[in-house]
Amino acid sequence: MCMLSRKATCNSHGQDSSYFLGWQEYEKNPFHEVRNTKGIIQMGLAENQLCFDILKSWIANNPDAAGFKRNGESIFAELALFQDYHGIPEFKKALTEFMSEIRGNKVSFDPNHLVLAAGATSANETLMFCLANHGEAFLLPTPYYPGFDRDLKWRTGVEIIPIHCTSSNGFQITETALQEAYLEAQKRNLRVKGVLVTNPSNPLGTTMTRNELNMLVSFVDEKGIHLVSDEIYSGTAFSTPSFVSVMEILKERKCDENGSQVWKRVHVVYSLSKDLGLPGFRVGAIYSNDDMVVAAATKMSSFGLVSSQTQYLLAAMLSDKKLTKNYISENHKRLRQRQKKLVSGLQKAGISCLKGNAGLFCWVDMRHLLRSNTFEAEMELWKKIVYEVRLNISPGSSCHCTEPGWFRVCFANMSEETLDLAMQRLKAFVTEYYNVPEVNGHGQNSRLNHSRRRSLTKWVFRLSFDDRSPIPGR
Amino acid sequence: MGSNSALLSKIATNDGHGENMAYFDGWKAYDRNPFHPTQNPDGVIQMGLAENQLSFDLIEQWIRKNPKASICTAEGVEEFKNVANFQDYHGFPDFRKAIANFMSKARGGRVTFDPDRVVMAGGATGANELVMFCLADPGDAFLVPSPYYPAFYRDLGWRTGVKIVPVDCDSSNNFQVTRAALEAAYEKARNNNINIKGLIITNPSNPLGTTLDRGTLTSLVKFINDKNIHLVSDEIYSGTVFSSPTFTSVSEVMQDVKNCNRDLIHIVYSLSKDMGVPGLRVGIVYSYNDAVVNCGRKMSSFGLVSSQSQHLLSAMLLDDEFVSNFLKTSSKRLARRHGVFTTGLKEVGIDCLKSNAGLYCWMDLRKLLKDQTFEAEMVLWRVIINEVKLNVSPGSSFRCVEPGWFRVCFANMDEHTVEVALKRIREFVGVQGNKKSNNADQVFVKSPNKKRSQNDLRLSFPATKRYEDVMSPHSPMPRSPLLRAN
Repeated sequence: MCMLSRKATCNSHGQDSSYFLGWQEYEKNPFHEVRNTKGIIQMGLAENQLCFDILKSWIANNPDAAGFKRNGESIFAELALFQDYHGIPEFKKALTEFMSEIRGNKVSFDPNHLVLAAGATSANETLMFCLANHGEAFLLPTPYYPGFDRDLKWRTGVEIIPIHCTSSNGFQITETALQEAYLEAQKRNLRVKGVLVTNPSNPLGTTMTRNELNMLVSFVDEKGIHLVSDEIYSGTAFSTPSFVSVMEILKERKCDENGSQVWKRVHVVYSLSKDLGLPGFRVGAIYSNDDMVVAAATKMSSFGLVSSQTQYLLAAMLSDKKLTKNYISENHKRLRQRQKKLVSGLQKAGISCLKGNAGLFCWVDMRHLLRSNTFEAEMELWKKIVYEVRLNISPGSSCHCTEPGWFRVCFANMSEETLDLAMQRLKAFVTEYYNVPEVNGHGQNSRLNHSRRRSLTKWVFRLSFDDRSPIPGR
Repeated sequence: MGSNSALLSKIATNDGHGENMAYFDGWKAYDRNPFHPTQNPDGVIQMGLAENQLSFDLIEQWIRKNPKASICTAEGVEEFKNVANFQDYHGFPDFRKAIANFMSKARGGRVTFDPDRVVMAGGATGANELVMFCLADPGDAFLVPSPYYPAFYRDLGWRTGVKIVPVDCDSSNNFQVTRAALEAAYEKARNNNINIKGLIITNPSNPLGTTLDRGTLTSLVKFINDKNIHLVSDEIYSGTVFSSPTFTSVSEVMQDVKNCNRDLIHIVYSLSKDMGVPGLRVGIVYSYNDAVVNCGRKMSSFGLVSSQSQHLLSAMLLDDEFVSNFLKTSSKRLARRHGVFTTGLKEVGIDCLKSNAGLYCWMDLRKLLKDQTFEAEMVLWRVIINEVKLNVSPGSSFRCVEPGWFRVCFANMDEHTVEVALKRIREFVGVQGNKKSNNADQVFVKSPNKKRSQNDLRLSFPATKRYEDVMSPHSPMPRSPLLRAN
């Protein structure tokens, strides 16, 4: 009997999407380098596992900070009691300085305008609660992070209207697409409260151009709405063109000086989950120049404060400028190398990707492997890759991509050897399925084997999935 | 910026956060002039903060003896990567096991909890909000016995749109909630077209410091079953029970109620009070309803417990010896502190509601009121803050229907400070007692700082002082008072 809220019984949490189904399959049969070499390799998880050694070594060399001590004295009690939603001042200072450093110190952030949250998940939801009423809308460029359906919409009742981007121009946002999305909202009688972009982009792995950013700022200025820039991957921009934050654009346009209203309507979301690879610590932040937003978001952060223990450790870590400088540059180097490895591995399998310069993943073009230019074909291919190739990658449809055939493939959450193995499996798969020789004695058998394998696969699929469309947002 | 507020949500610009309550005047006074035993002995003593500071030594000792539990020690740093990387909203299995274990021990082992029903949240604040999001739609309501924790207004209703329907309790029966009172509140709500989705109780009670007896608890469970509404039992003070009667959890009583629909029963828990670690943000929703556990888990993404804290606490709370010793010792120390405080009050003729739990007393100052009104309560409160220099919490902020009751916290300070506080109260009440003056405008108080003559000093309040002046100003808080208002 349905005694629960509508939120509890609907599926706006978005977890029935293929994005999460792939994870479930992975969990049933996870790859392990020793214990389960035939398992599914997780390539659907945008984690940064490349630089833990740097952080571990810092901890080993800084026992005081790490051990709840200040000058040898235990401060456990002080930390255990600290629940002030303004956060530990030293932590916010260190975090804003880190954010600045990532942006080449071209912009600075005022700690009093920073609000802490329990991860970017919480930060994004809180910002929606502050900026939009139930039933109002935000425009988001597609493809976008599948979790936004939950984070921005679920409990807030806010709607997402897609700004359609296509491969014709590398998925960049165009003026036309923006206006079309705005009109679409009006047609649906939805009041648009703002635009939300992810820069660097998830899932594209690219940084936004100055052009796009300027266009966005002009657009929200003209419409009198908000711009939220989710910059949680800002520290993962590992090659040119360099990352440009929307804050830099505002500065260039002298928005802070000329009394422009738009200055107060641009908000940045940050987190340490990607740049520092610390998703478990739940460190998110909202940065806004609008005092009212800061005030409201600060009160809301009561529902998801950052553990004081964690704030204290990270305050010490991020205050160490030697560490941050070294970390940022090593992180870039290792990500760059790893991405190159994935790209070349894919190339060997005849697969190309969108040219990316940031993030923990590549936006991979498998359109040529589709049976037909449809999302059904994309799903079919995806299931093969999950079950036969045993790689969990994320289908573009789960990211609301309008073109079938694109997949997000992560590269920073596994060892080099595992990445090599993944690429080998992919190459073998492509060779087997798409380079089958023509009819002759030997070939006939192969073709027979091939079609027999196909029917077996179909049978297996029917058992594994119900008929519910995995395409979200419909 | 004015035009910008129209661009923000209603939630961002309304008062649903509850921070404009008069309640926070006390904090302002404390923040301006905080007591310190040597640096500021005349400052305001904070007695409005329900914190448990009595047993940190036990935790610190355990941490020192168990360096592996911290990812920041040489012994524990090997786990750094696994811990820092772990964001699964199921939480570490050991963490859930540890919480289930601790909850069971706090109930004397009379109930066992299933780790798979343990759902994380951002403190009890996050847990209460999460449970509302799962159980109720905007506009729905929950019955809440008064007096209740002031921040329920924010936690249960701000972003969820859920309404509170108070079930008023008074001193005629020691503020116990009765089935009759619940029925009346329920009917009245229904007649006003308010959709009651459930009842939320705090057991042990904040601010009363009392536990519900088995009989009453059973009748509450029967009530919600009859009406087919939910029961949320906020048991965050369950480990602070320091004397009889022993604590009876809703989990124990469920077995007693015939055909009890377990899908209606949910518990909110936290380590903030029992262990005194509010900074670590450990909130828990424990539900007997599978759909709520399922949905709650997904929602917990918005307030997961830091994996670093999960890791530390898993090890600590799976240490049975530590847990047993901690609960026993903490309870003893709370009992002693409670005893010292209530005895001290009794010596000057101030009674408290008889209590056996919590980090505070429910103090009866009705006889010090000029008249039995909330205006008089506010007047008295201002005197206590400004003249006696104690930040205590007036009953009206807990929506108590009887003026004259105050919640006074005693576990957030050392013994010396308790003595200073008692001394000030003694002086305030005065050897001559607290007779009402003939002059309706005056309240007899003794200023602790002024020289005393044989007669009481009189502090006069002009009769023309407006009620509004005594209530909330609109200045923003430099700190965050609400989170201490618990």
